[in-house]
Amino acid sequence: MKKYAVAFILTGVAILAAYAPDYRQFSQPLAKDQEILHALNRLTFGPRPGDVEAVQKMGLKKWIDQQLHPERIAENPELTDRLKPLESLTMSPSEIATNYPPPVVVQAMMNGLLPMPADPEARARMELQAKRLKAKQEAKGDLKDKQGKGGDPLQQAMRQQVLAVTDPVERRKLIGNNTPQQVLSYDLNEAKLYRAIYSNRQLEEQMVDFWFNHFNVYMDKGADRILTSSYERDAIRPHVFGKFRDLLEATAESPAMLFYLDNWQNVSPDRPQQGRFGKQFAKQKAKQSRGLNENYARELMELHTLGVDGGYTQQDIIEVARCFTGWTINQPNRGGEFIYNDRVHDKGEKIVLGVKIPAGGGQEDAERVLDILARHPSTARFISTKLAKKFVADDPPPALIEHLTKTFRDTDGDIRAVMAAMLESKEFFSQGAFRSKVKTPLELVVSAVRATGAEVNFAIPLATQMAQLGQPLYRKIEPTGYSSANAEWVNSAALLARMNFALALTANRVPGIKVDPSQFQDDAAAAARQVLFHEPAKQTLDSIRRALEQKEPTPGLVAGLVLGSPDFQRR
Amino acid sequence: MTSRRLFLKSSALAMFGVGAAPAWLSRALYAADAPSPRKKILVAIFQRGAVDGLNMVIPFGEKNYYNLRPNLAIPKPDGTEDAAIDLDGFFGLHPALSPLKPIYDAGHMAIVQAVGSPDPTRSHFDAQDYMESGTPGRKATADGWLNRSLLAQPNPSPVRAVSLGTALSRSMRGHNEAVAIANLNDFKIRDTRGAGTFESMYDNTLDQVLNGAGRETFEAVKLMQSIQQQPYAPSGGVQYPNGPLGQSLMQIARLIKSDVGLEVAFAEMGGWDTHFNEVGARPTQGQLANLLGQFGNALAAFYQDLGDRMADVSVVTMSEFGRTARENGSRGTDHGHANVMFAFGGGVRGGKVHGEWPGLEQEQLYEQRDLQLTTDFRDVLGELVVRHLGNPRVTSVFPGYDQPKFRGIVTG
Repeated sequence: MKKYAVAFILTGVAILAAYAPDYRQFSQPLAKDQEILHALNRLTFGPRPGDVEAVQKMGLKKWIDQQLHPERIAENPELTDRLKPLESLTMSPSEIATNYPPPVVVQAMMNGLLPMPADPEARARMELQAKRLKAKQEAKGDLKDKQGKGGDPLQQAMRQQVLAVTDPVERRKLIGNNTPQQVLSYDLNEAKLYRAIYSNRQLEEQMVDFWFNHFNVYMDKGADRILTSSYERDAIRPHVFGKFRDLLEATAESPAMLFYLDNWQNVSPDRPQQGRFGKQFAKQKAKQSRGLNENYARELMELHTLGVDGGYTQQDIIEVARCFTGWTINQPNRGGEFIYNDRVHDKGEKIVLGVKIPAGGGQEDAERVLDILARHPSTARFISTKLAKKFVADDPPPALIEHLTKTFRDTDGDIRAVMAAMLESKEFFSQGAFRSKVKTPLELVVSAVRATGAEVNFAIPLATQMAQLGQPLYRKIEPTGYSSANAEWVNSAALLARMNFALALTANRVPGIKVDPSQFQDDAAAAARQVLFHEPAKQTLDSIRRALEQKEPTPGLVAGLVLGSPDFQRR
Repeated sequence: MTSRRLFLKSSALAMFGVGAAPAWLSRALYAADAPSPRKKILVAIFQRGAVDGLNMVIPFGEKNYYNLRPNLAIPKPDGTEDAAIDLDGFFGLHPALSPLKPIYDAGHMAIVQAVGSPDPTRSHFDAQDYMESGTPGRKATADGWLNRSLLAQPNPSPVRAVSLGTALSRSMRGHNEAVAIANLNDFKIRDTRGAGTFESMYDNTLDQVLNGAGRETFEAVKLMQSIQQQPYAPSGGVQYPNGPLGQSLMQIARLIKSDVGLEVAFAEMGGWDTHFNEVGARPTQGQLANLLGQFGNALAAFYQDLGDRMADVSVVTMSEFGRTARENGSRGTDHGHANVMFAFGGGVRGGKVHGEWPGLEQEQLYEQRDLQLTTDFRDVLGELVVRHLGNPRVTSVFPGYDQPKFRGIVTG
């Protein structure tokens, strides 16, 4: 009788296993040395030579705890030195608008509508820009068709070669005088890569990347060019381990997000538009017949909080949009800050996800919405799932999601607590998670640089590589951000680009980056271990050995082949 | 048949003048019944971000269009460049799409109005996903409709299915071989020392995901080598626009002319999410006009470049959903429902706006705000799959869609 019961249960399990995804691998633990490598692969942008030993010495638990509290980790002077010349990173948006003016501001200054900057250097730059803009406008016909960004790739490559051998301060002057707007994009891109490569607070950088991507903005959309730097610095970075509600608020109020998802244009259609600006302005405004704009309201629920199946309706979107009327920006192109404009706020009663928000409210209507959304059970689940997909596996086991969701709810959305729960879970350190993720282009590029101990003195060529790999930094147009799923990054164009990058890097053909080829051992297996930090697959090693039989290996070739191998694409 | 010949003949004359018609037109005229020795090719173009179909093909005969869009409406055709281009007395093309008018007039471009996905979602992400998987409302579908539209073959070409760009589009994913190509010239291992070794690694790896993609990649690389040896010059000095769609279509044309076995191709263009300042100082200017200019020029260049090869090629355009019939408060439009699709090529029954027009009066709108849907996008794609590509198994290409209603956009 008992025997039959067991057989019956076993059959049941087998049937279940055939239909449901198999999560058993997530109960199988890792070996001790696998644990350290796994933690380094997931919580950093890839191990550097010596990292495994360092964590061994400190103890994995302590190391993880430190990474969860980045303020306790001293920063790497290699990083601070590199960030120092990137001046725009510490400027406010309005300082940026003055120093690196967008064409509309240059135009306004030319027309005398705005004062020229007082600082003589900035003023000289502005005059140069004004001259250029004028020349450009006169030659408008020729420029009409120039839609493709970046121009001729050959020219771009030569330009990067020249810039790479120039001293950082001189380099910025060169770029600044030529194309001041480009400095902003260069500074952001360089800083992002330098931090990923050199920061000692690796998990914090991973989290900044995760949350920026979650609350994505697109740097090439109008005023976001001058607003993105402050967005990452002031809205995202301070909250990556904080309360989700604070992070949500910071993004909701950020000019970068208000501009990107058009909420700065979202006004009540019923409210009078004229007022303190006088009649002339009122007439101009009336012509534009302003009203509700649903863009932010929709993405706020679909992408930032509840998730697309989180249980909201089109009517909820309209109600949320009404609550956010009047959340706007004071002169976005001049780097203005968030303001609430009560005159265009919808004063009526709203019902958001069944909660009544009484008539007559003001700025607090949207605050109320953020409360409701941040504390909604769908949000806890949606955020927990997304974190697990990024850090554990593409298809994380439901038990882990439950555990993280509960932690999120129990701690009122404490991100550090959720991460800590994940890093203490058996699922994180399991065979199911181990090497199950394919590196994103950012992870691939940075991990290759870190593994080879390369010295980077100009990071823009790496940023160019990232664009070729399908992940241009700060340039994801859609509010979805980039996916962390394997399927997103495994395709022929991207694979070829990865292999080409690997060989170019170790042959020192990426400008601005130096790899010391003498560090690699002669023996292929030993050289492979040096960059993989584990044994290469037999198939990989056999392929390399066969190649070496036929020709004399040049220094660095074996390392390049390993960085382009299937082994190195996983983390 | 006679009427079709007459029709083709007259439209050919209209477009190219006597003696200047492309060779395939005369082949179609005089040997319409002879089977084509070449494979049929389907090119799908996705306008990501939800294009405003009501300003792409303007229902200028609809009075409420002008009431709903005081700032955005394109004026009725008046022969100037600042108004719609009349197609049939009711619909007109956006003036920025003027390069497509001769193709329409020649009877090789069909327009389908009020078409789209029956799923009510207004999420870009979901709607794109549903359209590309070909299964509205079903998220679990792992592969894409273009991949499923390929028929099993004994020795398939490694580049039978090509997705232009650095990522393999959702439409192309699946168990049939499909590759992503960003740039044909660059599709190789640049450092010759690595080529053979990488190929052997990826051929032999036990990593199933990377093994599959790796094999497909290196098979395609070999095939591309011959193409890369000579620079590409589009026929008759045709100039493709510099934007991404123009460049993608140029590469597709190059693949088609190289006869490497292309069957389906996918290209995309983004930027259509015009919530804010969709139009400029005049409704015929600004953001949407610029995008449509690029779009129209790219399609027209492709058509002209392919010349007589167009006989085997069909192009279809789609976007995840339409935009609100009414303009919003910031000179833009929000997410809507039904939209417009284009199909053109040798086998297309063009020169016509297909589909029932649901009207734009308040009570005719979907959820009182958007254009109603009268044609399922799978009717259009399904017809191309069956009648153009010759894959009869429409229900395996569009699972759960048992009875597509073909609209007669493909001759056959």
